[in-house]
Amino acid sequence: MDGLLGQACLFLGAALITVPIAKRCGLGSVLGYLIAGVVIGPVFGLVGGDVTDIQHFAEFGVVMMLFLVGLELEPRMLWEMRTKLLGLGGLQVVGTTALVTVCAMWFGQPWQIALAIGLILALSSTAIVVQTLNEKGLMQTPGGKSSFSVLLFQDIAVIPMLALMPLLALPELASTGGHDDHHGSTSLVSGLSPWLQALITAGAIGVVVLSGRYVVNPVLHYIARARLREMFTAVALFIVIGIAMLMSLVGLSPALGTFLAGVVLANSEFRHELESDLEPFKGLLLGLFFITVGAAIDTDVLFNNTLLVVALTLGIMAVKGGILALLAWTFRIRGRDAWLFALSLAQAGEFGFVLLSFATQNAVLPGDIGALLSLVVAFSMFLTPMLFIAYEQLVQPRFEAEDKRQADEIDETGTVLIAGMGRFGMIINRMLVSMGHKTVVLDHQSEQVARLAKFGVKTFFGDASRPDLLVSAGIAEARVLVVAIEDMERSLDIVRFARREYPKLHIVARAAGRMDVYRLYYAGADDIIRETFDSAVRAGRCAYEALGMHPYLAHKSAQAFVQFDRELMIRMAAYWDDEVAPEDNPAYIEEGKRQAAMLDTAMRGGRGSLLDASERGWIPPGSVPQAEGD
Amino acid sequence: MPSDVLLLFAHPRPDLSACNVSLFEAAADAEVTRVDLYGEYPRHDIDVDREQQRLRDHHTVVLQFPVYWYSTPPLMKEWIDLVLEYGFAYGVGGDALAGKRLVCAVTTGAQANAYSAEGMHGHSLRELLRPLERTAVLCQMTYLPPFALFSAQRAAAEGVFDAHAANWRALLQRLKDPRPFSDAVLGADALNPDGRLMIEEGA
Repeated sequence: MDGLLGQACLFLGAALITVPIAKRCGLGSVLGYLIAGVVIGPVFGLVGGDVTDIQHFAEFGVVMMLFLVGLELEPRMLWEMRTKLLGLGGLQVVGTTALVTVCAMWFGQPWQIALAIGLILALSSTAIVVQTLNEKGLMQTPGGKSSFSVLLFQDIAVIPMLALMPLLALPELASTGGHDDHHGSTSLVSGLSPWLQALITAGAIGVVVLSGRYVVNPVLHYIARARLREMFTAVALFIVIGIAMLMSLVGLSPALGTFLAGVVLANSEFRHELESDLEPFKGLLLGLFFITVGAAIDTDVLFNNTLLVVALTLGIMAVKGGILALLAWTFRIRGRDAWLFALSLAQAGEFGFVLLSFATQNAVLPGDIGALLSLVVAFSMFLTPMLFIAYEQLVQPRFEAEDKRQADEIDETGTVLIAGMGRFGMIINRMLVSMGHKTVVLDHQSEQVARLAKFGVKTFFGDASRPDLLVSAGIAEARVLVVAIEDMERSLDIVRFARREYPKLHIVARAAGRMDVYRLYYAGADDIIRETFDSAVRAGRCAYEALGMHPYLAHKSAQAFVQFDRELMIRMAAYWDDEVAPEDNPAYIEEGKRQAAMLDTAMRGGRGSLLDASERGWIPPGSVPQAEGD
Repeated sequence: MPSDVLLLFAHPRPDLSACNVSLFEAAADAEVTRVDLYGEYPRHDIDVDREQQRLRDHHTVVLQFPVYWYSTPPLMKEWIDLVLEYGFAYGVGGDALAGKRLVCAVTTGAQANAYSAEGMHGHSLRELLRPLERTAVLCQMTYLPPFALFSAQRAAAEGVFDAHAANWRALLQRLKDPRPFSDAVLGADALNPDGRLMIEEGA
């Protein structure tokens, strides 16, 4: 127990120190974790080379990451990206693998090892690049989008690679390789005939797809009705761990299984909820994984081969960058987008580490080459932030003139986030969708979500007052946030959070009464709409007409009333105290009474009254309207 | 059974009207089709198809309005903009109004002599309402001179309102009759110069 607590303290403590520093320096969190690992491992020797157990545990972060990648991949979106995905991504992976393989064979490696190295180094770092592109606002540029397509293809390509790797195993390594592969050792099917194995494999995939489609959603609805936050986290973890175990049992990659489950659930209304529940686990486990990578850096290998490591790192980055530049040219990506594309993806990535440890365990790579490659991958990741800085300092300024043209393109990706899909939010959504705007809708009542789904209205389940859920629903990219929920305390939470974190976001908020208007105003909402005010005014106007008032006069009087009420609200705001309840605020009550008395004269006070003030031009010159007030 | 005369009335402040509302009500006795535009479309949401059908159903259109800035009240201008569509009222295939008659029945704030070359407005009322006349011509309609009540705010006090109301009833009866007006009437500055209705001459 002491050992476990001590190690946890050590890992978390190191991460707490280095990650924020790395982020502040613009190096990204991945490098922060790597540095933490280097600090507690090679530098201070607090943990030795015995991190493999933790590493196996931490690799589960990659499994979760693939589940989350799958969740992001709606089949429709994949289809839209097919050209870039297969063209750019496919050619990048195949081209880089081929070139690196040839180079490795030229250095005298057998083809199996050479191919394994090629596969490992073909992958780039999704974790670093996506995060950096987002941080620097480059994700929506043509270069950023192309980079993302390539990363997506690589993430998917990892799965066949994991399957391919054991086939490359060298017999002479297998006998000497220390411990056997822990992934395959528990497989129940290893003793069966190939036909039966294939059947069971297909069956397991079928179970994942079918249960994702027909079992998980009803279960999530059931859990959601219990309104227990931790049950949702539990069920999310259960899905991922359960699938990982099922896959291990039949000898398949857990990453493949969870990725599939993710894709199946990508259309589920619980998608954002699952994302935000698993995100912290994935982040921590991946962080832990990077720490172990840093800690496992073999200083002996490094000091004995410093020049070789540096040369290999620069060489591999040149090869990758060259192929990317060639692809950019072929696919008519030009100017700074080509630079961004080539520079951002030139590193090797975290999946490289996963494949490396997998390859050494499966006796594909000898340990010394594995250790060397680990250093190369880590070094290329260390260098990536420098390349981004080079892009910003050297490439960007040369294309300044293009900036204005690009800005419009980015604007169009803006969406409207609607929190609350009751009678209020539904109308807003219908209005926006009918004009072709993209909306993301959240509601915390699973019954309502299910009901709307029957009418073909896509709503995501989740409590919109949770910041993490708003983030995974895309508040960072949204242009407008509509807070359409009834619960005022939760509305205020949402508005305060959104205003604090996204100062440029336009916030439209639903209020019940005037008190709520003031509170939402202080919370930072831009437009505050009283939910029943407009309909009450219309009802009042109907009553005017029923009493014989001319329809246009009724209309104008209603407008005048609305205007008076708005001015009243502004005047009353001066007496409002956000800290004191209105019924305990004598000044506010006094002013309210005074204003109510004013309404009568304001509406009917003859010339100079509100109605006349708004239509002075239509009062005939020289006419004297009956003034009832005087 | 629709009558042959369509009376389109526009007044944004009927509650302050001195003469127009009374004249509009008086038209009920003449059994013409009466439309209070501000009453039917208080939020300016004009039903174009319905209004075009009304035009098809009548051979004479009377626009009744107080003159604001040498023009109609805003809703009536919007009605013209929206209802007199290309392909319906003018342009290729736009002959739905061909041969029909248009007459403006207006009230003014200023007195009659303001509407002359020497007067305050420098032009006759017919000249100032030329945009409406051009509208009628473009729609192949026959345009009649305006039927006007000057200094409407004082009409009752000065005792001219009753005579004007009588002329109004007579005019509506004559308009229900499809026989054409004489050139003398069509070319006059007004249908009721000096308070005297000109229609007898053409009838």
